[in-house]
Amino acid sequence: MKLITISGPPSSGKTAVLSNVIKSLKASGLHAGAVKYDCLATDDDAVFRSLGIPVQAGLSGNLCPDHYFVSNIEECLKWGFSLNLDVLVSESAGLCNRCSPHIKGVLAVCVIDNLMGVATPKKIGPMLKFADIVVITKGDIVSQAEREVFAFQVRRANAKARIMHVNGITGQGASELTSLFVNAPDTATLDGGILRFSMPAALCSYCLGETRIGMEHQLGNVKRIKLKQEQL
Amino acid sequence: MMTILEKQIEVLKSEVPQVTDFFSDYGIILDEGGFTLGEYLEQLPEDFYEDIGIDQVTLLENLDGFLSQLNLLQNTEAPKVSEITIIGGHDKTGNPEQVELKLIRGSVTSIVGPTGSGKSRLLADIEWMAQNDTPTGRVIRVNGKKPDPELRFSLEYKLVAQLSQNMNFVMDTTVAEFIAMHAESRMIENAADIVVDIIAQANLLAGESFTGQTPVTALSGGQSRALMIADTAFLSTSPVVLIDEIENAGIDRKKALSLLVKKEKIVLMATHDPILALMAEQRLIIKNGGIHKIITTTAKEKENLARLEELDNKLMSLRTRLRSGELIEES
Repeated sequence: MKLITISGPPSSGKTAVLSNVIKSLKASGLHAGAVKYDCLATDDDAVFRSLGIPVQAGLSGNLCPDHYFVSNIEECLKWGFSLNLDVLVSESAGLCNRCSPHIKGVLAVCVIDNLMGVATPKKIGPMLKFADIVVITKGDIVSQAEREVFAFQVRRANAKARIMHVNGITGQGASELTSLFVNAPDTATLDGGILRFSMPAALCSYCLGETRIGMEHQLGNVKRIKLKQEQL
Repeated sequence: MMTILEKQIEVLKSEVPQVTDFFSDYGIILDEGGFTLGEYLEQLPEDFYEDIGIDQVTLLENLDGFLSQLNLLQNTEAPKVSEITIIGGHDKTGNPEQVELKLIRGSVTSIVGPTGSGKSRLLADIEWMAQNDTPTGRVIRVNGKKPDPELRFSLEYKLVAQLSQNMNFVMDTTVAEFIAMHAESRMIENAADIVVDIIAQANLLAGESFTGQTPVTALSGGQSRALMIADTAFLSTSPVVLIDEIENAGIDRKKALSLLVKKEKIVLMATHDPILALMAEQRLIIKNGGIHKIITTTAKEKENLARLEELDNKLMSLRTRLRSGELIEES
């Protein structure tokens, strides 16, 4: 079975792109399934279900969505095997830009959109910088020049990825993306698997439910802002 | 790659000034202090790499990619696309599409057909350089040959640039800054001249004039379209330009087309406007996902085009008169 991880900032068009890919996977006779990881609420499982494929949805609630993802992906993979799927797509929202959901040997996709502004690619961490494929969406509403500049910035942040333009609404580019999914490496197990980059670290009193502010309440992994001397 | 690591940072900065920007994207301020680049990156602590979300190996790979892109853009002429051939596949019901259509530089082809007939699919096939591996089964040849499959993912050799009614500028910059940014991404050296040229050309196409200091988001629909066309003509590397229904864009359509032709673009134009459709040398009729027919614009049609343009000019002058507060009362 081919496992594919898809991540990207909220509302970048992950679900729309995937819906088009799933349609085209189905059209070529492949069995696809989807896992949607989200934070507080999701309706996207219904979107996938309406395409007639098996779906799982998981909400991370007050945990870091990335940590939640990595603790559960193995179970989801087993679920995919139990259904004899050909392709399992795992979609997770990258909420803090330091997310790092990609696994070595598993096809990794990052979805970002043209409306985010040209400075965005450099602000996104491992989610973009370690992806195998970067999908750029919403190209139909910005100018050609902006598309070109944006793609150039993506290239600067990730020299090796294949950069694809996909229109989530019309599906233009989706069948091309699907052809890359079909050639993804197989994943037999994630036992012994390794993340491509460490996840954002967290282990401080606030992780454990502390709500009070102040030095005396801060314990664990705490980092201080470096205030610069402002010259007036 | 290795040689660059052994260079003193001062030397590197003066030889390849772009590296300063490259590293600052990652939050790395190259400190001179007598280090070589390799030593400098080596002494940054592990925590630092964790914080910026990249490791040294990947960072160096990206630097390598960036430098080779720089080299490619500055030193080599892109392999010139002089013609594109579309070899027919089949329509949505599987009927064979019996065409072999050659599109050459500096030609204008219009595409007509109802919504959903497959105009975007045709464009996508060209963009992807389809090799009987898309839903239409079409094959695209570039300069008569099967293109290198890796070119599909190359940003520098992207075949199609698109312009449509729905596109807007979203960046928060002025016209001049905007064009300069685009020129910079192409590593063009005489950026300042290009900025002036593009603004001048765009003003020839737009009804109302604008300057380099106008914010791009404050441009009117017509001005935006005019700037997009001029910018694509001068700065886009793509040999094919698709123009999607710009009939109501408020620009001089004839001048816009002739600018793109002068810049040797292969112009494809999805349109239902008779003037635009007849300006093209040929038109493709798209039906049920396939190219149904190719019509070469006839001599009679060209004659009719002249009459249509007359009519159009009359309407234009009425518009101008309305704007200036005149009465339209003659019979």
